[in-house]
Amino acid sequence: MNKLFNNILLFFFLFLLQVLILNNIQLFDYVNPYLYIVFIFVYPYDKSKFSLLSFSFLLGLFIDFFSNSGGIHASASLFIAFIRLYVFKIVFQKTEADFDFFSLNEEPFGKIFNYTVILTIIHHFILFSLINFSFHNFPNVITDTLFSSVFTLLLYFLGSFIFSRKQS
Amino acid sequence: MQQLIFFIRKYKYFLYFLLLQIIAFSLTINNHSFHKSKFVSSANYITGGINNKTSSISEYLNLKSENTILVEENKQLKNKVEKLLFSIKNPVTSPLKDTLNPLLQFEYVNGKTIANEYSKTYNYLTINRGKNHGIKPEMAVVNSKGIIGITDYSSNKYSRVQSILNKNSKINAKFKNSDHFGTLTWNAKDYNIVQLEDIPRQAVYKTGDTIITGGKSTIFPEGILIGTILENLESASALNVINIKLFNDMSNIGPIYTIKNFDKEEIENLETNFNE
Repeated sequence: MNKLFNNILLFFFLFLLQVLILNNIQLFDYVNPYLYIVFIFVYPYDKSKFSLLSFSFLLGLFIDFFSNSGGIHASASLFIAFIRLYVFKIVFQKTEADFDFFSLNEEPFGKIFNYTVILTIIHHFILFSLINFSFHNFPNVITDTLFSSVFTLLLYFLGSFIFSRKQS
Repeated sequence: MQQLIFFIRKYKYFLYFLLLQIIAFSLTINNHSFHKSKFVSSANYITGGINNKTSSISEYLNLKSENTILVEENKQLKNKVEKLLFSIKNPVTSPLKDTLNPLLQFEYVNGKTIANEYSKTYNYLTINRGKNHGIKPEMAVVNSKGIIGITDYSSNKYSRVQSILNKNSKINAKFKNSDHFGTLTWNAKDYNIVQLEDIPRQAVYKTGDTIITGGKSTIFPEGILIGTILENLESASALNVINIKLFNDMSNIGPIYTIKNFDKEEIENLETNFNE
């Protein structure tokens, strides 16, 4: 029960952080971090897969409401929530049986890095392709994806470093 | 039947994903067609309310620069008043108008932007004026420096504005020193630069010329500032396209005015009846 409450708190925290603060950051005019996808990285692995899909869809949709973008955030975050399981199996070499005892903080940094980089780049690529909505400015999509991914990941690692230190 | 149930059971995770993805895609596609994107928009009650709160905080921080802009605008208006007073004192014989019934064609409604975006391909702004203040879709939005966009959907208190930095945006514009006109569009590359297309070939222009709205549409009155000519993009090709640097800094927009055109319906009726 406590865990569920924590997740809902995290959901709203990331949502408000993204909408009220991060959406206003336009580094070098075009680079924007999308930190809300951290929700999908840290969502408990022992919970039902359906609740993750529903939550990530809703989180994306809420952010769409604020950025007038139809369903692009919902679509991108739903997609990485869907492939999270498969990327997880490949990167951490684990099966579904290990889910109950799995914790992201106890894994070696290298594996966490690979895992988050793969999901972030896929998310940002889908997001910027849908924002662009044509093949016309395709090089822009690639550069936006790379720069924004670097920015998002930098914020995520800084944040996780600070918060994990506090707990120990 | 059993096969079907078995299939659904086996792939329920993927099917659920597919269902949500289809919803997201249909919302995205709807958002790209003008006047259809009413569900996911920043002009509804909750999003408008939250945006309003945050913008009132950032507004406080921008007070100083807003003041200088207002002073600048006051100066221009005072100059105009002086000019008008002068013309009243020194009447010139002009063709008489119907002085008993001086119908205004345009009315300005002030407001402010509560959300602004400029880095995407399809950009929108949200303003804190809506149906209660008489705002309807397809009304012009400007500020003291020039053109900003066209309202595209209004709730009771808020409206969403399709920015000129939107690939769907097409606005009639002309040169200040001649009556050749073209269409103002945006290629989604730089938020300070828009494009003027379909200019007649005989039009003469040079770098630095001012571009204003043309008054050929029923939305914008004639003579609203847009920007200056930056350089010629493709002078040799049939598409006469020029780059225009906007007067407005689209990343920094505070107070705005919405323009109501009282004659809009009359003009549109006339045009549709004439075409039939």
